[in-house]
Amino acid sequence: MLTAVLSGFGGAIAAPWLHRFAPRYAGWIAALLPLALMIYFISLVPAVAGGEALRFSYAWVPSLGINLSFRIDGLSLLFALLITGIGALVLIYAGGYLANDPMLGRMLMLLLIFMAAMLGIVISDNLISMFVFWELTTISSYMLIGYKHEYEKARKAALQSLLVTGIGGLTLLAGVVLLGQVTGTLEISDMLTRGEVVRAHPLYSAILALVLVGAFTKSAQFPFHFWLPNAMEAPTPVSSYLHSATMVKAGVFLLARLNPVLGGTEVWQLSLTAFGGATMIVGSFLAVQQTDLKRILAYTTVSALGTLVFLIGIGTDEALKAAMVFTLSHALYKGALFQVAGSVDHETGTRDITHLGGLRAAMPITAAAGMLAAISMAGLPPLFGFIAKEVQYKATLKEPILIGVALVTNMLTVVAAGLASLRVFFGQPAHTPKHAHEAPLSMWLGPVVLALAGLGAGLLSAQVGNALIGPATSSVIGKAKEIELLLWSGIEGAAGQALALSVVTLVVGVGLYQARSIFGRIAAAAAPLAPWGAEGWYQRIVDGMLALAAWQTRMLQNGYLRFYIGLIITTTLVLTTFMLIVGRVAITVPADWADVRIYELMVALIILAATTFVIRATSRLAAVVGLGFVGYGTALVFLLFSGPDLAITQFAVETLVAILFVLVVYRLPRFGNLSTTGARVRSAALAIAGGALMTLLTLVALASPTESRVSEFLAENSAPRAFGRNVVNVILVDFRGFDTMGEITVLGVAAIGIYALLKLVLAPEHDEHKAAEAPSGDGVPRERAETIDV
Amino acid sequence: MEFIWAIVIGVLYAAGLYMIMRRSIVKIILGLSFLGYAANLLIFVVARLTRGNPPLVPNGAEAPIPPYADPLPQALILTAIVIGFGVQAFTIVLFRRAYRSCGADDIDELRTTEH
Repeated sequence: MLTAVLSGFGGAIAAPWLHRFAPRYAGWIAALLPLALMIYFISLVPAVAGGEALRFSYAWVPSLGINLSFRIDGLSLLFALLITGIGALVLIYAGGYLANDPMLGRMLMLLLIFMAAMLGIVISDNLISMFVFWELTTISSYMLIGYKHEYEKARKAALQSLLVTGIGGLTLLAGVVLLGQVTGTLEISDMLTRGEVVRAHPLYSAILALVLVGAFTKSAQFPFHFWLPNAMEAPTPVSSYLHSATMVKAGVFLLARLNPVLGGTEVWQLSLTAFGGATMIVGSFLAVQQTDLKRILAYTTVSALGTLVFLIGIGTDEALKAAMVFTLSHALYKGALFQVAGSVDHETGTRDITHLGGLRAAMPITAAAGMLAAISMAGLPPLFGFIAKEVQYKATLKEPILIGVALVTNMLTVVAAGLASLRVFFGQPAHTPKHAHEAPLSMWLGPVVLALAGLGAGLLSAQVGNALIGPATSSVIGKAKEIELLLWSGIEGAAGQALALSVVTLVVGVGLYQARSIFGRIAAAAAPLAPWGAEGWYQRIVDGMLALAAWQTRMLQNGYLRFYIGLIITTTLVLTTFMLIVGRVAITVPADWADVRIYELMVALIILAATTFVIRATSRLAAVVGLGFVGYGTALVFLLFSGPDLAITQFAVETLVAILFVLVVYRLPRFGNLSTTGARVRSAALAIAGGALMTLLTLVALASPTESRVSEFLAENSAPRAFGRNVVNVILVDFRGFDTMGEITVLGVAAIGIYALLKLVLAPEHDEHKAAEAPSGDGVPRERAETIDV
Repeated sequence: MEFIWAIVIGVLYAAGLYMIMRRSIVKIILGLSFLGYAANLLIFVVARLTRGNPPLVPNGAEAPIPPYADPLPQALILTAIVIGFGVQAFTIVLFRRAYRSCGADDIDELRTTEH
């Protein structure tokens, strides 16, 4: 099962090569992978339909409870089949749609990455690994929407979808982590049995809100719906695959998956039906106002996603069954319609429905597939869309307001279906930019297969119900449930009422289609309100963030080094002082003068005096000499307190630095007083505060006990096991040999850098003497030779 | 006896911080040296000071005779001294280069990549 997911990533790596060696057949060959995966998933159908959940687990970060664990139950299987089946058709379609595009290899690669990530989402049994796959789909969606990156619109739409779904991803992560803490597990299958605990927990509403924002942004729910129509900038294969059939359903999938954990409460029902219902109406109402074929379909997708959320929100067994039926039916007809729209665009050069008409003669196969899919969308028998609408009405029958929402949406969907098919394929043939003719096999295969699948599923609804919908519904409900899915369920009771609603829907829908010009007028009248819509607010928030970023960059990143350092010191001071106060750290180091030897005190005083001298020095040479005093003083400290190796090294380094300084500084400008007195006082105050803090911290550290087992181990094993009597040297060359190796590398790099800087010739050069080059070149190895004495 | 060195460390830090907040690049390099001394001494002192008993294993013995100085911080400081030297040498030469190219000793004049 891991192979099933990872093979997609492997195939993605191979895709560009495939395109290079077989450009004409790349789509067909690439489609073999999803096809093989689909056959694999079909082979799992009988077991899953029998109520079995297949589970595979690989430890990933076991210490954090994060595993690559996969579980296939009815819900995952339904989605996995859609992902692989539509994936195969889309890859073939992309091969035809972008036949002459040199970047086709990249497109196939991204589609395969997406497919693998999407499969990962639906079959992950660990919420963290699911989240990783979730974000991978966001990123691949970003790349795919921005595929035509030379267009600004495509880049903007890509960024918009990334920001909206990315923010949702972050809140989802927070929700997932909280959920993990509340249930004590990150495995979904374990979590499903602990729904009671979660729903009774005080953090329940926080978890719900976070998860819902994640799901709603991903599935383009109102008010986050605006990114989806803009994502239509992507090439049509992408729209067909990501932005109708699969990725946008990830949010719905998540809600369905977590239904047994989070669902069933009043707030769940209310928020899902409210947001879902609003999305349904807004989406379908905006759909019929559009003239761009793809945008019509995009808004109906928004509406369909709203329907799914709405049905999950209602939460009865009937409604959950309706959600699963509609997931399948929508994926089939919308995938087909998008590909039909792409073919029309590809063959005629436009997808504006006011410039299209009568294409059935020129594109008979595409037209047939498009009509069949549109009939399913409108919900006519015997297609699967009809069944989807029937069960949807049955699920809403109890509440008049729910019926109303569904009724309005479905009527407008009938209109949209008409716009996307009748308007394009019937009526007077219109003059199009390109002379219309039938699309190639690779581009009609997908729509035909998907449309026929919609027909087949309608005719064989009982079998589809048993094999796919039943198991999927059972996993959403959380317990096994037999379902019956019939094309004709009679005219009695609920079935009859649903049928009556269907008839009303169709009649009013056809009427509205005839009077469709009013939608154009509504759209024109509503145009001035656009800046106050959801997208307007998105733009304002983005602009505000950018302005804030620019402002704080001007404030904080002003280019003055001392400002940065001052900020770092101040921050450290404030935070550390705060912690010292809050932690009530006691400092109990006695000022034990009796233990101080006079020569030690002398060394300390020399260092202090030399430091003051350097700070006040007006000549560079004097400053270097003063610094040398401080350095030799430090070396003496090492020597006095049992660190002879340190002392030797410090003496050597100090000498070299002094020579280097003198040689270089010799040709440098005079030491000027560049800063103003005020600036000097400010830095002095900060520096003194910083120094005082360091003294304080040293005392705090000295007050706490030391206990180093490492040092003891090193000292005891130095002679017997590493055969060295100088423990410090043994540590350097043996116990921490790799560390020293890294150190030598650093010095080597510094030496190369110094050499390059000295040799670098930048015009125009000032006077040039090579006097200063000698010490740095051979100083490094000589110094090493002195310290490491094996 | 460590408390005296805690004060010395504080003064060295203060000197280093003050110097790296100057505009003259030479002073900034001197400031880096001060910070290096301060950090090395900090590690050395915090590990507790031991007089006259370096971590050496006498001939015939298996381990140093306690109470010996802690060898681990010494090894760390040795590394730090040498790396500090590399950094210093590099900064000095970098400064020489920058001064010869731009003729500026004032870091405030080095705010753009153009002349």
